[in-house]
Amino acid sequence: MREGRTKGGTWRRGCVSCPSIRAPKVPLAFSGGAMGSWQARPEQQHYYHQLAQKTGFSAEQIKNLHHRFRELSANGETIRAHLESIPTLAKNPIKKQIIDAFFDKRNQQEGESGRLEELDLGHFLMVMSHFRPPRHKSGEDERCAVRRQKLRFLFNMHDTDNDGTITLVEYRKVVEELLSKSGAIGHEAAKAIADAAMLEVASTNVPHMAPDEFYEGITFEHFEQILNGLEMESRMHIRFLDVDTSTVRCGKAGSTSTP
Amino acid sequence: MARHHHHHAVLGPRRAGLTCLIPPLFLALLVCTAVFSANVPNNQSGGGWREDEKDDNDDVDNDEQHRRRGNATKTFPVLSFNYEHIRIPFEVSLWILLALLMKLGFHVIPRVSRVVPESCLLILVGLLVGGAIKAVRQTAPVLDSRLFFLYLLPPIILDAGYFLPVRPFAENLGTILLLAVAGTLWNAFFVGGATYAVCLLAGGRLAGADLLSCLLFGSIVSAVDPVAVLAVFEEIHINELLYILVFGESLLNDAVTVVLYHLFEEFSHAGTVTIADALLGVLSFFAVSCGGILIGVVYGLLGAFTSRFTSRTRVIEPLFVFLYSYMAYLSAEVFHLSGIMSLIACGVITRPYVEANISHKSYTTVKYFLKMWSSVSETLIFIFLGVSTVAGPHEWNWTFVTVTVVLCLVSRVLGVVGLAYVVNKFRIIKLTKKDQFIVAYGGLRGAIAFSLGFLLTQHQMKHLFLTAIITVIFFTVFVQGITIRPLVELLEVKKKRECDDSINEEIHTQFLDHLLVGIEDVCGHYGHHHWKDKLSRFNKTYVKKWLISGERSTQPQLLSFYNKMEMKQALMLVESGGGGNIFKPTAPHTDPRFPSRRRADVLEARQKEIRKMLHSNMQKDRQRLRSYSRHDLMEDPFEDDVSEARFRKRAEMGRRMSHYLTVPAKRPEAPPSVRRVAFQPEHRVYTYDDDESAREPTEARTDPGLPDAVRPQNQEEDDQQRLAALRRLSDPGPV
Repeated sequence: MREGRTKGGTWRRGCVSCPSIRAPKVPLAFSGGAMGSWQARPEQQHYYHQLAQKTGFSAEQIKNLHHRFRELSANGETIRAHLESIPTLAKNPIKKQIIDAFFDKRNQQEGESGRLEELDLGHFLMVMSHFRPPRHKSGEDERCAVRRQKLRFLFNMHDTDNDGTITLVEYRKVVEELLSKSGAIGHEAAKAIADAAMLEVASTNVPHMAPDEFYEGITFEHFEQILNGLEMESRMHIRFLDVDTSTVRCGKAGSTSTP
Repeated sequence: MARHHHHHAVLGPRRAGLTCLIPPLFLALLVCTAVFSANVPNNQSGGGWREDEKDDNDDVDNDEQHRRRGNATKTFPVLSFNYEHIRIPFEVSLWILLALLMKLGFHVIPRVSRVVPESCLLILVGLLVGGAIKAVRQTAPVLDSRLFFLYLLPPIILDAGYFLPVRPFAENLGTILLLAVAGTLWNAFFVGGATYAVCLLAGGRLAGADLLSCLLFGSIVSAVDPVAVLAVFEEIHINELLYILVFGESLLNDAVTVVLYHLFEEFSHAGTVTIADALLGVLSFFAVSCGGILIGVVYGLLGAFTSRFTSRTRVIEPLFVFLYSYMAYLSAEVFHLSGIMSLIACGVITRPYVEANISHKSYTTVKYFLKMWSSVSETLIFIFLGVSTVAGPHEWNWTFVTVTVVLCLVSRVLGVVGLAYVVNKFRIIKLTKKDQFIVAYGGLRGAIAFSLGFLLTQHQMKHLFLTAIITVIFFTVFVQGITIRPLVELLEVKKKRECDDSINEEIHTQFLDHLLVGIEDVCGHYGHHHWKDKLSRFNKTYVKKWLISGERSTQPQLLSFYNKMEMKQALMLVESGGGGNIFKPTAPHTDPRFPSRRRADVLEARQKEIRKMLHSNMQKDRQRLRSYSRHDLMEDPFEDDVSEARFRKRAEMGRRMSHYLTVPAKRPEAPPSVRRVAFQPEHRVYTYDDDESAREPTEARTDPGLPDAVRPQNQEEDDQQRLAALRRLSDPGPV
């Protein structure tokens, strides 16, 4: 078993039954069940059960993700600070969007919008549930629903001002971010690509535009339409969220507490 | 307009009836010539392409004749006949011509080619030709193994490897490897072992088969053949996953086949196999496959590196691609490594770098030549298969043959089902029963098995085996090949979706990649997205710098994709616009982003022309699917037509084009085949509706003050032109 070191002391990965060594300095806001203390098993179980119902993960997976969540919320730093300091994530061109997506209320499927101040386990799991692989025996409707959910996640990432459409400015930003780490490509190229993409969406979805009409922005329906071919339900998933937990290596990479 | 189409179709067969006669006439003519040529000088046997040892006899004869004539009178021969001089190239060309004319003929008869895959027809032709040759008691050329492995097979494999869709291949690599290695091993041992058991039981003629020979036979007959698979699968347009599974398996099982074949052949002479030998066999397998891949990678990198410097000699660029790949194949064959894997690796490695370096024309040349050669090779292989069947010495044994056929089928099904069960535990997208059935059913055997069987030396069972192999090949190609298409329809297997190449999809594919890597990092998990990202980063920072010339080495993939798309657009527009006269230097548009650029404007007359064009296309249902169809270069009509002059014009317009195209009005309920508008309209069918005339795109015109009268000059009927209107996007003002 591997040991992880943090300021709070060492604990071992995968050792679910170990009593938590970490003193509850960090206010983990569990919405139900006792905070930070493993002794309150039945409440924890109940809490897990609730989460499992809500997000669709199995209890094992939730425990694993809980581990990771604890790492991310250790040391009194905010989760956001932790996320920002993950070294491998720093190289990612869309790092900011990813981090923002965690704090986006729209991804919590509760019909609210806005930003979350702080994450709790439920929120974290809810975001991660967007990356679950599709079930093997799912019917057509279920697949469509899953696809829609994932596309919604992507849409929310692009639509930063939450007006329900991806405007040209927002799309340009997306393309710029994508190209940002690839060297000095320039504003022009990113704009050209974004414009072309926008044009394509417009011409696919709204073929009969009058001469003075504007194409305001990509609505969610158009977005779905244009990305229909990608079969998002089979592509947008993280493998380990499906596999038996004994092979999961959660929290192994990118130690967030490098001294 | 449906009537128009029917009309056309009704006319078709009648006209086709006449043209139908032409191929057979040609065939007759060619066969006669071939026979005659075989007859001609001095008792030459038509055997293979081997060198002619009797050539010197001719010379001696000729000399004598000459001298005799010289003694009498020295008349200057006005016309002389010296066939021997050109015999071999002539015969080669004749055969190739025959093959191609046959191919031509098949496409003239529309209905047959839709039911029967081309490979079957070609084998039939080969049978006929072989029969004809035999009837005149000449020895027909046989599918010489050297010819096959050195000349006929490499183009097909290179074509397949170069255009291999890498992404699905890599995603399914585990499954493919399992099917290729474990599946082939299972097949070989099962068929070999069961055959041995049957031989023991049956006795008689079959009693001579010992275990090793049977295992050898099993290993030959169990390998799925890439040529046959390609030939059949490309016509049924099945979905990407199944295609890549079967095809990938057929490519990768070459290593297994090579090892097993050599192993058993060696030992069938020696008589016994020890454990040590078996272990050596396993070791050999790894050496063969990894060595082959390594050689391919080395040559591929060399080729990519060379192409970095070819900017001044564009004309020879395609040759580098071909030669390096061929050398990779030959080098691998020298060491008895897997030439096929080497060739595939070379093609896969070379492609991204070479394509960034070579000119557009060279790229087109490479594409065309590969498809051309592979097409010819495939045709020749199947014809020769037919001819050799007639020619070869056969030994038919009912028991053996039927047992073999049944065993092959059974073992294939069992193997696939078993392996799918295992692999589904690890796959996210599981293989359904339908998928498994298609994979099992698509395991066709082909010419590789035949050639390997032919290579068997001094085997007392050789003819027996060969006959059985031929029967299995015929069975799979004919029965499975013909029935797979209706089965696919019946089972409603997912077909290949229309090609993307939509810039939105490309953007989001990349976005998704980054997103998934990011999420994996948040989870603290080194998943395979992480490693993929690492690899691509490595590629970008180090490899590309070495292998791609100039500034393209730092160009992000999205940008190159976009540029490629724009260029195609531009080409297409030039092509249909007849170049040049659609552009008027007008006042800059309200969009101040592009202040001093010229513009194409589309006007009513033009729209009408386009509508007419598209109207006539409407019933043709030309669903131009891209690329796994190897013989289909119809996909890029503008590539056919772009001439030098037009290309120069295009260079003028450059990248502004994409912004000034107009989209024709589309009818929402178009034929189900191709609907989406994207930047590669040659893949789309556009339909027009006369009702839409009222809603004419004056929307196309965004600047009201422009004059009219543009008439596109080239009204090529097949031209599917797409024009996109310049819309006022929601950009409020100058940037």
